[in-house]
Amino acid sequence: MAELIRLSAAVLAEKLAAGEVSAVEATQAHLDRIEEVDGAINAFLHVNTAEALLVAADVDKTRSTGDALHPLAGVPIAVKDLIVTKGQPTTAGSKILEGWHSPYDATVVSRLRAAKMPILGKTNLDEFAMGSSTEHSAYGPTRNPWDLDRVPGGSGGGSAAAVAAFEAPLALGTDTGGSIRQPGAVTGTVGVKPTYGGVSRYGAIAMASSLDQIGPVSRTVLDAALLHEIIGGHDPHDSTSLTDPVGALVEAARNGDVEGMKIGIIKELHGEGYQAGVEHRFNEALDLLRTAGAEIVEVSCPNFKYALGAYYLIMPSEASSNLAKYDGVRFGLRVVPDGAPTIERVMGATRAAGFGDEVKRRIILGTYALSAGYYDAYYGSAQKVRTLIQRDFDAAFGQADVLISPTTPTTAFKLGEKLDDPLAMYLNDVATIPANMAGIPGISIPGGLADGLPVGIQFLAPARQDARLYRAGAALESLLEGQWGGPLLAQAPEIVGVK
Amino acid sequence: MPEINREDVAHLARLAHIDMSTEELDRMAGELAVIVDSIKTVSEAAGDDVPATSHPIPLSNVYREDVVGETLTNEEALSGAPDNADGRFKVPAILDGE
Amino acid sequence: MSVNTAEILSFDEAMEKYDPVLGFEVHVELNTRTKMFSSAPNAFGDTPNTNVTPVDLGLPGVLPVINRIAVESSIKIGLALGCKIAEKCYFARKNYFYPDTPKNFQTSQYEDPIAYDGSIDIELADGTVFTVEIERAHMEEDAGKLTHMGGATGRIQGAEFSLVDYNRAGVPLVEIVTKPIVGVGSRAPELAKAYVAAIREIVKNLGVSDARMERGNVRCDANVSLKPKGQEKFGTRTETKNVNSLRAVEHAVRYEIQRHAAVLDSGTAIIQETRHWHEDTRSTTSGRPKSDADDYRYFPEPDLVPVVTNEAWIEKLRSELPEPPAERRKRLQQDWGYSDAEFRDVVNAGVMTSIEDTIAAGIKPATARKWWMGEISRRAKVADVEPAELGVTPELIVELQGLIESGKINDKLSRDVLDGVLAGEGTPTEVVEKRGLAVVSDDGALLEAIDGALAAQPDVADKIRGGKVQAVGAIVGGVMKATRGQADAGRVRELILERLGVQG
Repeated sequence: MAELIRLSAAVLAEKLAAGEVSAVEATQAHLDRIEEVDGAINAFLHVNTAEALLVAADVDKTRSTGDALHPLAGVPIAVKDLIVTKGQPTTAGSKILEGWHSPYDATVVSRLRAAKMPILGKTNLDEFAMGSSTEHSAYGPTRNPWDLDRVPGGSGGGSAAAVAAFEAPLALGTDTGGSIRQPGAVTGTVGVKPTYGGVSRYGAIAMASSLDQIGPVSRTVLDAALLHEIIGGHDPHDSTSLTDPVGALVEAARNGDVEGMKIGIIKELHGEGYQAGVEHRFNEALDLLRTAGAEIVEVSCPNFKYALGAYYLIMPSEASSNLAKYDGVRFGLRVVPDGAPTIERVMGATRAAGFGDEVKRRIILGTYALSAGYYDAYYGSAQKVRTLIQRDFDAAFGQADVLISPTTPTTAFKLGEKLDDPLAMYLNDVATIPANMAGIPGISIPGGLADGLPVGIQFLAPARQDARLYRAGAALESLLEGQWGGPLLAQAPEIVGVK
Repeated sequence: MPEINREDVAHLARLAHIDMSTEELDRMAGELAVIVDSIKTVSEAAGDDVPATSHPIPLSNVYREDVVGETLTNEEALSGAPDNADGRFKVPAILDGE
Repeated sequence: MSVNTAEILSFDEAMEKYDPVLGFEVHVELNTRTKMFSSAPNAFGDTPNTNVTPVDLGLPGVLPVINRIAVESSIKIGLALGCKIAEKCYFARKNYFYPDTPKNFQTSQYEDPIAYDGSIDIELADGTVFTVEIERAHMEEDAGKLTHMGGATGRIQGAEFSLVDYNRAGVPLVEIVTKPIVGVGSRAPELAKAYVAAIREIVKNLGVSDARMERGNVRCDANVSLKPKGQEKFGTRTETKNVNSLRAVEHAVRYEIQRHAAVLDSGTAIIQETRHWHEDTRSTTSGRPKSDADDYRYFPEPDLVPVVTNEAWIEKLRSELPEPPAERRKRLQQDWGYSDAEFRDVVNAGVMTSIEDTIAAGIKPATARKWWMGEISRRAKVADVEPAELGVTPELIVELQGLIESGKINDKLSRDVLDGVLAGEGTPTEVVEKRGLAVVSDDGALLEAIDGALAAQPDVADKIRGGKVQAVGAIVGGVMKATRGQADAGRVRELILERLGVQG
């Protein structure tokens, strides 16, 4: 069974369709793997064994009767615990939601169910997706499968680590400032942030509504496209959902090609502040793309220097409002102080006990940025910077079909290394944030190793042109794997189980 | 940009309904000061002629028709409630009305 | 919650020294089928927490979607108030913590309301017209319903705990805000009542709200401030919340004027604060002072996209508007030929529409007014209901009037018939039959009664014979008594005079 868990979703789907392997076997293999290694990784907050096997058995039964099935039916998947699921707990990585069960499914979860993909469980994250290391989870950190002393990135470290550790072939993530792409980069996996509105946010617990986007986590570009086509497309429950068709993403991923493609290097997103090994792998990737017929040009986005600052105003502002609902009245934790407390005191005590430091930090920062007298200088200015960033992207896409950069300035750092330095932690997202600010799509694919740790390469495309990411990403993936003689994750060390 | 002191944070914590100890207030004030200092350039980045962007992808007039859909049962509605009575959410006394 | 009457000045004295400035925020609940941002039913009185979706409870992960009809109803209200309609407007979040607000923010509008800059003419009882300027009308959502338990009063003070029902949470609201109303003087309380009545009438006439104040469909927050006579600058205002009947609006404004005057007279400053109206004591008490907790941190709602209007959409909605109430009144008064006083009485009695329907059914305007302002209003008053709610239909009046005009019954009998019909005894014709109320038209029977009456009052009979024809009334009275009112008085008179050989 060991080889079953190493199959890509696309190949596993073919084997399921051909009857070479059953959905129950495939699902059980992943459940076994979780049992074997998750004690060391801590990617899962909840494992959904019984229901996953029931869905798998249903797929096998349906297949035996010859009824039509979705191509990915029976391919198991993990779901970031920020996305609500009926019948399983959803915690958002926070104590304030410990034990809470949603009475409804997120739209993306409904679509997974419709495709009959067994949901293996819910993956770990920084509390309410606030962080870049998954160390801010109330349920303990997730560890990087490449080095258990290092972080798997964040906030979606659980989904990335689960896929990197072969606990799941696919996972769902959410990306507000890089929470899919940055963990993808540092775990040697693929992560896609779709165009804003391309995937319904209904049922994704909101951090910053105008930045959040659900997207696929996988080991191959094609797998990401397969999942993207399932979860993408219009949803009437989300007012910001695009009505455009999802597009031929799988076709683009199957036909990776950069010949004649203009690829823009963003001057501001590499060089100074980027680890030497990361720069090295980035330059190698550019050389490969050139030899494959791409035209590499340099573009400048001068306003990106404001992006991180503007992001740290808009994100906490929206988050401070989105997280107001966690008050101990309708659901979740309630802490009652001694005496005969009023509801105001219960709310204050509940939120004090239920939220971790990073969440409190962002709520206070957001409350500050929105408060009377500061709105124009902070939130208002940050929204103007958003316009400037969009203009920079418009100009850049006038010169290039896609843009390219390292996904992160560094490889995975050690657990605890940046925990007491919020600013250093925030700098991890410097290359991923601009895409969220402008609503455009981005992908991170493995770009090789630096000092034995994965490096990510990011492509960005104009809004609604997600297919370009898959075409360019698949091309680079194939060029790199040609050099490595196989997938990067084949080079990952064996995980020493700590049951 | 103004400094952020403990009293400022205490005020913000009250607005945000998060109880904080004196130590927390002091720590938070220090951390916020550093963060705010690092993002202050934002207010100087754009001139008055630059419009604000509140939605990354511009859409307008997205509506729902006025048709009744599925609702939760009373049991489902209360399923996550920390406390309930008489089919309703139960909360401790409220100090003052709106 | 004691009320010290020494703390208020007499109204007349207050008016001698100060000019009141008023302002109103009226919340109108729309009668859409579903809520503002969710597909839960917008219904009153159902089992608690059943008209809710995950959106209405503010569960993690939910998103709002705007109800198209709620937007159109809001535009209609704006048009009826003579407002401009925004070309583009946004929703915004108003952030504050309160257990009846599921998300701990209210989705509302802030800088750019759907409608702005309007005005309406308010006619007072004596016909004086005041123009009230409308600053804005904006869309928002209602909160849930709190019930305070334990403690003696059922009020928030002293309650041990509260119960929350979110059925009302998310019901579409339009908040109508006036500009400051100055120069109204001692008629301020009267104007306050008339203004709220006018808003209620407009939204009811538009069909966008059930407009029942007792159910909270129309709720009024009244702002009052005083400035010393001759001073330009406005004084500090107080906002009296949830004044939820027309009478209460009048009383609350009057009370606050008197209270402000007393405070100012004593040399103290008015505190800008929320006041609560108490119907039982007809007074207000201090609520919450304005504080830094009122920092609502508004920002554009990122989960909703802007509402963008265009000429075609607005004109389509304008074409669907009913005739404005003021114009309708003018037209009806002219058509019916009522005097100003007669028409005002009709309006104040709330029977204008009933009369309109009755006339449409074929009754003459004067007759219709006689019915509605007379017998029907009288019975409504006894039953303590609105005349229109008594169950009298235009068809019923047509039938009654037909019986009178054909001579089957007389005016006096028609009252008994009406009673019978309202008591559920059947149609007017059936009641006439069952109660045996038809006019006695058999001359033989009448003559017998006349002879009896003449014999009983021989002196009167002599007077008539002597030419005092006006004395015939006493004999008619005797006949009517004997026939228990079932005679046609005119015919009885003729027969008496004939009998006595006197020319009528």
